[in-house]
Amino acid sequence: MKIHEYQAKQLMKARGIAVPSGRVATTVAQAVAAVRPLIEDSGNPVVVVKSQIHAGGRGKGRFKEHPDLGGVTVVLAGIDGGVGAAEEAVKELAEKMIGSTLVTIQTGPEGKQVNRLYIEQGVDIETELYLSVVLDRALSRNVLMVSTEGGTEIEEVAEHTPEKILKATIDPAIGLANFQAADLAYGLGLEGTAFKNAVGFMKALTAAAAELDTDLLEINPLVVTKDGNVMALDGKMSFDSNAMFRHPHIAEMRDDSEEDPAELEASEHDLSFIKLDGTIGCMVNGAGLAMSTMDIIKYVGGEPANFLDVGGGATADKVTAAFKIITKDPAVKGIFVNIFGGIMKCDTIANGVVQAVKDVGLQVPLVVRLEGTNVELGKQIIDESGLNVVSASDMKDGAQKIVELTK
Amino acid sequence: MSVLVDTNTRVLVQGMGKTGRFHTDTALAYGTNMVGAVHPSKAGTVEHFEGETDHSGVQGRADTYSADLPIFRSVAEAADATQANASVIYVPPPFAADAIMEAAAAGIELIICITEGIPVADMVIAKRYLEDKDVRLVGPNCPGVITPQQCKIGIMPGYIHQPGKIGVVSRSGTLTYEAVFQLTNNGLGQTTAIGIGGDPVNGTNFVDCLKLFNEDPATEGVIMIGEIGGTAEEEAAEWIAANMTKPVAGFIAGTTAPPGKRMGHAGAIISGGKGTASDKIAALNAAGVVVAPTPTDMGTAMLEALG
Repeated sequence: MKIHEYQAKQLMKARGIAVPSGRVATTVAQAVAAVRPLIEDSGNPVVVVKSQIHAGGRGKGRFKEHPDLGGVTVVLAGIDGGVGAAEEAVKELAEKMIGSTLVTIQTGPEGKQVNRLYIEQGVDIETELYLSVVLDRALSRNVLMVSTEGGTEIEEVAEHTPEKILKATIDPAIGLANFQAADLAYGLGLEGTAFKNAVGFMKALTAAAAELDTDLLEINPLVVTKDGNVMALDGKMSFDSNAMFRHPHIAEMRDDSEEDPAELEASEHDLSFIKLDGTIGCMVNGAGLAMSTMDIIKYVGGEPANFLDVGGGATADKVTAAFKIITKDPAVKGIFVNIFGGIMKCDTIANGVVQAVKDVGLQVPLVVRLEGTNVELGKQIIDESGLNVVSASDMKDGAQKIVELTK
Repeated sequence: MSVLVDTNTRVLVQGMGKTGRFHTDTALAYGTNMVGAVHPSKAGTVEHFEGETDHSGVQGRADTYSADLPIFRSVAEAADATQANASVIYVPPPFAADAIMEAAAAGIELIICITEGIPVADMVIAKRYLEDKDVRLVGPNCPGVITPQQCKIGIMPGYIHQPGKIGVVSRSGTLTYEAVFQLTNNGLGQTTAIGIGGDPVNGTNFVDCLKLFNEDPATEGVIMIGEIGGTAEEEAAEWIAANMTKPVAGFIAGTTAPPGKRMGHAGAIISGGKGTASDKIAALNAAGVVVAPTPTDMGTAMLEALG
């Protein structure tokens, strides 16, 4: 689960992690009202207007409606013109940004609508660094990664100059030890106040990652200011959705407008669903089988419209819900149901499919492949339903049939 | 012969709720030696099971089975009373990592955790706890382990298995069934099938299983089923190239999966350009593994690998 930058910064600030001051705004008036207190409190006449969407690359991203405008824009008007000029500039920006669509390298060409802005104080930057806490799967531990190459994509650094990435493995029983933080701060070339602040920052950040069950906590850039402060200029946090039961206040931060409506509906039915760009809807039990059902459709020349795992213990109701979600997508030209019944019995699936077709109708071809527990009973239910369903003998046969029928 | 489980495996169940009860029943029907359960709120009681035997299990058994399993407060008490050497965990996600540690503390040698949805941080702690202990964890978020007609621990359908000569190791549940069923239909059968689970932090990995199968005299070939995310398949490929003396076939799910999206399993995600199916397939091919182009071809790929 992802949250916005401003929410990540609230969580960090509450845990003693230095962040610039800022205020969130959903209206132009709120954006303008944020300017004066920020400038007066920080003593810095510069403010930054930052679009809040769940995608990276906002600074370089551009609005569809305003192709010259970046998703993160620095307002310098206050330097010469004072608070009034800064407010005027923010007003102009907010009017353009709120409600417009920002396209970044991570949003895809359709972009994402900006509903919130974060107005933040300017910071006098000395250097930009990179810092993140992520799981190292091979070690089964979190690692703290730092680099002097702040502000750039870390994947690029890892590929071209891996020696510029320093790592410390975090023992879950101990946390980040002081000497580990000191080694990294030294490796980043920090001295004096900045060194001391960086050590404190790293320790607080790794503690926050453990406390909050983040699966990614990335600060890029982490900045050292001219007076030796160490601050998170940006903050990306995503959480282990399996751990949200113990963080209800974070679960509430979820912004439903950032989620695909079909994926939201699916999650309400406890279905694992991901929307894709193709034309063949898939309903499968098991994540691995669901993934390889997409693969096999592509292999025989089709394009999957979705990933959908109905899970191991699905009921007829759940199958019906899944079917409805698939058929709602106007791009779907055919449906392939692929089930290997283990705990889930084929007759349960068959009943669910028959019920769903009766409820919502069937406008497109449907191919069903059933195997496993109660397979004969399942096939009988489908055959006797009088529905126009094509049976498949195995997965490849099913994929070929649905691709053929949708040509 | 087989690996991990056989007729000498004495199995304890942790979590005798609805799910635990259901799968204990099918295990008993299959002929698994279930010896007791841990469920604090039912401690001191006895859970009764009876029904028709699953004849895909041990041949020559009676048509019906009946068993009374004692329920204990803790794994330590249960292990003491029953001499269990394996445990299967159906405890709900918030408590499952603790259940793993409890089983390890009680000296259970083989811990199989079926539970799906355990927080990653909990598993990081549990693995740290297991580090200096002589125990093996399989899972979590896995179908379990089965040696056909000897011992079934987990949620897989028993009847699709058949004793034979292929070791099966997989990150995915239903894809394991798919592979097993093809191996049963083409007559190769299985020595043991191991589901290692779809989580980013798990116990036994591909390399551990490949080692076991490589040393097992009854296993003549291995099929490994991987998926996108992490680098476990690449590490397995490296180990196969250096050490494996038996033919290996494989399959990797997720060729068409978009980056950054979690494909059902917590561990099945391409992030930072790592963990793609094409990297894994290339690594396996380079190690001499016959990789099936689709799941339907897994059995054929195994035949081809055997030559």
